[in-house]
Amino acid sequence: MRPTRGLVRPSPRPGARATVAALTTALLSAALLAVPFAGTATAADDVTTEDATVPSGTGADAVELDTTVYVPSSATAQDPAPAVVLAHGFGGSKDSVAGDAQDLAARGYVVLAYSARGFGDSTGQIGLDDPDFEVADVSTLLDVLAERDDVLLDGPGDPRVGLSGVSYGGAVSLLGAAYDDRVDAIAPRITWNSLTSALFPSQAGAVDGNTVAATPATGDAGVFKRLWSGLFFGAGSVPTGDGLLASLTGGATAEGGAASLPQIDPSTLDSAAVEQALTCGRFRADVCAAYQSAAASGTLTPEIAAILDRSSPAGVLDRITAPTLLVQGTQDSLFGLGQADANARGIAANGTPVSVVWYDGGHDESASEGTTEDLRELVAGWFDFHLRGQGEDPGTGFSYPVPTGVGAAVGSVQGGSQTEEAAAYPGIGDAQPAERVSVPLSGTVFPVVTPPGGNPAAITTVPGLGAVTAALGGTTVEIPGQFAAFDSAPLDAATDVVGASTVTLAVSSPTGTATLFAKLYDVAADGSQTLPSGLVAPLALTGLSTDPTAPTEVEVTLPGIVHRFETGHVMRVLVSSTDQAFAAPAEAGVYTVALADGAALAAPTVDGAVVGESSSSRWWVLLGVLAGLGVLGVVVARLWGARRRRQLSVVEPDGEDVPLRFEGVTKSYKDGFTAVRGLSFEVRRGQVLGLLGPNGAGKTTSLRMLMGLIRPTEGTISVFGHPASPGAPVLSRLGSFVEGTGLQPHLSGRDNLELYWAATGRPAEDAHLDEAIAIAGLGTALDKRVRSYSQGMRQRVAIAQAMLGLPDLLVLDEPTNGLDPPQIHAMREVLQDYAKTGRTVIVSSHLLAEIEQTCSHVVVMAKGQKVAEGTVEEIIGTGGAVLVVLDDPADTDRAVEVLGVLPGTSVERSDEGLVLELGGTSRAAAVTALVGAGIGVDQVTPRRRLEDAFLSLVGESS
Amino acid sequence: MSTVQSTGAVAGYRPERTLRLSVELRRQFKRRRTIGVFALMVALPLLLIAALQLGASEDAQSNSRLNLVDVATSSGLNFTLFVLFATTSFFLVVVYALFFGDTVASEAQWGSLRYALATPVPRMRLLRQKWLAALVMSVAALLTVTVVAVVAGGIAFGFEDIQTPIGITIGQGDGLLRLAGMVGYLAVHLLVVGTLAFWLSTVTDAPLAAVGGSVFTMFVFAILDQVEQLGSVRDYFPTAEEFAWTDLLQTPVDSGDLYRGVIQSLLYAAVFTALAFRHFARRDVTS
Repeated sequence: MRPTRGLVRPSPRPGARATVAALTTALLSAALLAVPFAGTATAADDVTTEDATVPSGTGADAVELDTTVYVPSSATAQDPAPAVVLAHGFGGSKDSVAGDAQDLAARGYVVLAYSARGFGDSTGQIGLDDPDFEVADVSTLLDVLAERDDVLLDGPGDPRVGLSGVSYGGAVSLLGAAYDDRVDAIAPRITWNSLTSALFPSQAGAVDGNTVAATPATGDAGVFKRLWSGLFFGAGSVPTGDGLLASLTGGATAEGGAASLPQIDPSTLDSAAVEQALTCGRFRADVCAAYQSAAASGTLTPEIAAILDRSSPAGVLDRITAPTLLVQGTQDSLFGLGQADANARGIAANGTPVSVVWYDGGHDESASEGTTEDLRELVAGWFDFHLRGQGEDPGTGFSYPVPTGVGAAVGSVQGGSQTEEAAAYPGIGDAQPAERVSVPLSGTVFPVVTPPGGNPAAITTVPGLGAVTAALGGTTVEIPGQFAAFDSAPLDAATDVVGASTVTLAVSSPTGTATLFAKLYDVAADGSQTLPSGLVAPLALTGLSTDPTAPTEVEVTLPGIVHRFETGHVMRVLVSSTDQAFAAPAEAGVYTVALADGAALAAPTVDGAVVGESSSSRWWVLLGVLAGLGVLGVVVARLWGARRRRQLSVVEPDGEDVPLRFEGVTKSYKDGFTAVRGLSFEVRRGQVLGLLGPNGAGKTTSLRMLMGLIRPTEGTISVFGHPASPGAPVLSRLGSFVEGTGLQPHLSGRDNLELYWAATGRPAEDAHLDEAIAIAGLGTALDKRVRSYSQGMRQRVAIAQAMLGLPDLLVLDEPTNGLDPPQIHAMREVLQDYAKTGRTVIVSSHLLAEIEQTCSHVVVMAKGQKVAEGTVEEIIGTGGAVLVVLDDPADTDRAVEVLGVLPGTSVERSDEGLVLELGGTSRAAAVTALVGAGIGVDQVTPRRRLEDAFLSLVGESS
Repeated sequence: MSTVQSTGAVAGYRPERTLRLSVELRRQFKRRRTIGVFALMVALPLLLIAALQLGASEDAQSNSRLNLVDVATSSGLNFTLFVLFATTSFFLVVVYALFFGDTVASEAQWGSLRYALATPVPRMRLLRQKWLAALVMSVAALLTVTVVAVVAGGIAFGFEDIQTPIGITIGQGDGLLRLAGMVGYLAVHLLVVGTLAFWLSTVTDAPLAAVGGSVFTMFVFAILDQVEQLGSVRDYFPTAEEFAWTDLLQTPVDSGDLYRGVIQSLLYAAVFTALAFRHFARRDVTS
């Protein structure tokens, strides 16, 4: 099998969102070349830490608590700060909360982190948040804080203080606020309301409350949550004190302290103490005994219930007056949403402000770093307002992750998590009761087998991993014959379920008791079923009818979830007899399970608004900004164009007569090479000017400057009186062919010409295309691709292109390269005729004959400088010499005599013939003298032609 | 002699009419390269359909990972998503780089750039028109591959709803709307590589250097993106959020990453474009 690339993309990294604002700002500032990527700078106070050991308790239960106080530099005796006590999760230590502590301290709080008794370096035994021990320790710590001069006091011995903690630490926050009225605000996270209900859940029976996740508390009987309980107690009984599961401590890594077994003195060795140490670790004996009993029997006894209830805030919520922020996770099979719901109801009943936050995470799945950061902000915001009176009132709202149709952890595949917010948690205080949507279900009476020993069992949840759907990428495992399923019709519209749905079942059992597990599945159109968050509602039913024809109606509360059931999906209530994560009765049996008459699923919904619903408005903002920038750009371009036009309006008066003027033009490159130095010349209308010079003389550079391709370093070039800057409109009067044809090889010659003209944007009739084509003289070859052309053909097309539109100034660089002699001849005539129409032609060449025969005027350049300028005759005419070739070489001596007597002449012999320096004598006089002497003259040609002039001028003749 | 305007220009010359978009597009579409790219854009979805039809059987079932290949054949829209997913990180990058990177450098290579500038097409206008033409062609290529995928995929696999890998269906109308959003996002995000190529195109006279340089840069960043140790620095890479368009498959859509992606892409594009204009305005055209 080949690995295929899946739809798995990296989820957003922390801080990614935060920087969007910075990016937006950067875009707005339009500082395009230096984009300030603003970092996420927090004005962090300098934080110092003080470690101390605090004695707490009396007598046999006296312990030493290991504490660290984080003191921000802003907290002083003159300006004391409020304090926060942070409690860690089960199996952790004060080090587990170091990150949160640093964060809060940096915000200006004196933060006290401590290891609870029995954990970390603190001594003593674990009493499961026993009010007499762990909760009393909190009061001791408040006393410590009250004595600090950098902590704000509400009164003598009463510090301004908040409590916060995760899980085990969350419960102690609640209990601390209940038992010590000095606490001013609390923010417990993913914690319990009743340990009994959490570890021995039974979600059957009427619910006391109108809230969305109201879940029945366990009465006399519950189903033992054996996997979780084992982990929970295991974490406390291992000698090291390390958390077995990081998730127990809210995702933080517990640093294993040097905790060890309780010290046993060998001299007083007592077998009971040894056994206690080995089996119970650091648990108190009564807690340990309760666990052992529960694990062995799987049943809830009054003794166990007493111990668990003692550790539960449920009974003392009415004492809590400190504003409470309840944070609970949706991925939590240990302390579900129902636990926070019960806390919210209980605390709000006193009139105490309560805000409820559900987030995507919990004991089954640690939250994403982004969510963790958001939660920190929330807790800090809560304390800021309730301890310092700073910031916005966080109110008593309710927020929860936006329901998605994605099962459990699969959600991270698609990244992104949004939050919805409602003004209040439905059903508490003055808030409206929860709204519920009724979804009709159907299904017959199912016999449900419970296998002997409770095995094989359905697999739905793995503690710490959540839904196996997510962990294994498969579906949950339901055992055939062990479940009843009741389906809704396919949904007409997507239904968001926020909270715990209820349904009424009709159950009978031959023994009168039954242990069942109710689940709410999301069934897709293709039949695949997803168990949202992998949550299960166990039911410990007693007093059931034994008659299958007259079953007992049981009100069932399904697990609290946040989930969207998509259109076309089916909501399926599935009731099974076993579940791997729970203890099931060992005896086999067959129950009947059916829907009660007319029963429907009552699914809670919340009318919340997505937070940052700017999500659509911000797109409009972005669009607006872009449009604004666009308009700004157009305006700037207009203004710039106007300024440019004003600049161009300076015109030399004689422009029309002087189509081209170079004035002191120099072009130096960065590397120090000077291509053209101080070049000045003028071209008059109707001239054919030759620019003559050897290769490297600066001819092409000069022409490029004239075309606006290169900027001169110094000097000015004017074309028809206008400066020839890049893109100057006056260049439209220019036609050019400079170094290379610039034809597109894949197009025909004709296409090249037509597209070139189209690109000028000028009217087609101005092109004089036919005349240009005639000049190119390609015939039918014009319609072939340029790629197939010879050099000469390309050359002619390029010259024709330069002549399109009959420009007033035609600039041709080496135009006759690659042309054959007849074409060269024709080209000369074309150029001379062109000049006769009053237009001007500039031709550059290193070929002297070319210039001599084509041009009327010439500028000679060498090494970037002008060495001579004038008409061709002037340049040629300076000094005159002729080469005389005689009919008969034998007459040479006589001819030398004859010519020698003419005034001002001198004669030299050469291989070609006689070279006569004419001096003042005319050529005619010389020829007459020779003919008069009877010497036959074959040729008389000017000897000192441009070539010599050129070579002498550029200094290479010698 | 010609009649002359006050600006010194010949009558009939107007800077704002030089190198009109239609002309530049005509020039580009006369090139076999352009036609070739568009032919490939048509061929690619057809090729993928053939491949999926041939190998439809055994492997698909045994793969338990969530991916778009598994659901590629469930509808035409699904197939389109798969095509987009398959082309995002390489094929479309190359297409954008080609259209943007080739545009100025190839003119310089042919030597036609100097004639255009001496026409004169004002430099900033030349660049703007080239930029727009490249954008039009790139987006047209993106739309071509999408439309062909929707139509051909629809014929091959049925005009059905979108089936996401996690078993959620999205209706056709909604699906098309989201698809439009995805194409829009890709069009913007790919501007990063496009404008980088464009900038390089103004720097070098070799089209290959501009196209290859930008593609190479993107690949380097794609590789660096795999290095976890770089942490959140990677969020600022030009390749960051290149798959954010898959967020549009969510219900409800979380547009946070999309928004960040758009802003960041526009910033990169603005910077590269500004660099291109700045360089070209000052440059001596010697090619």
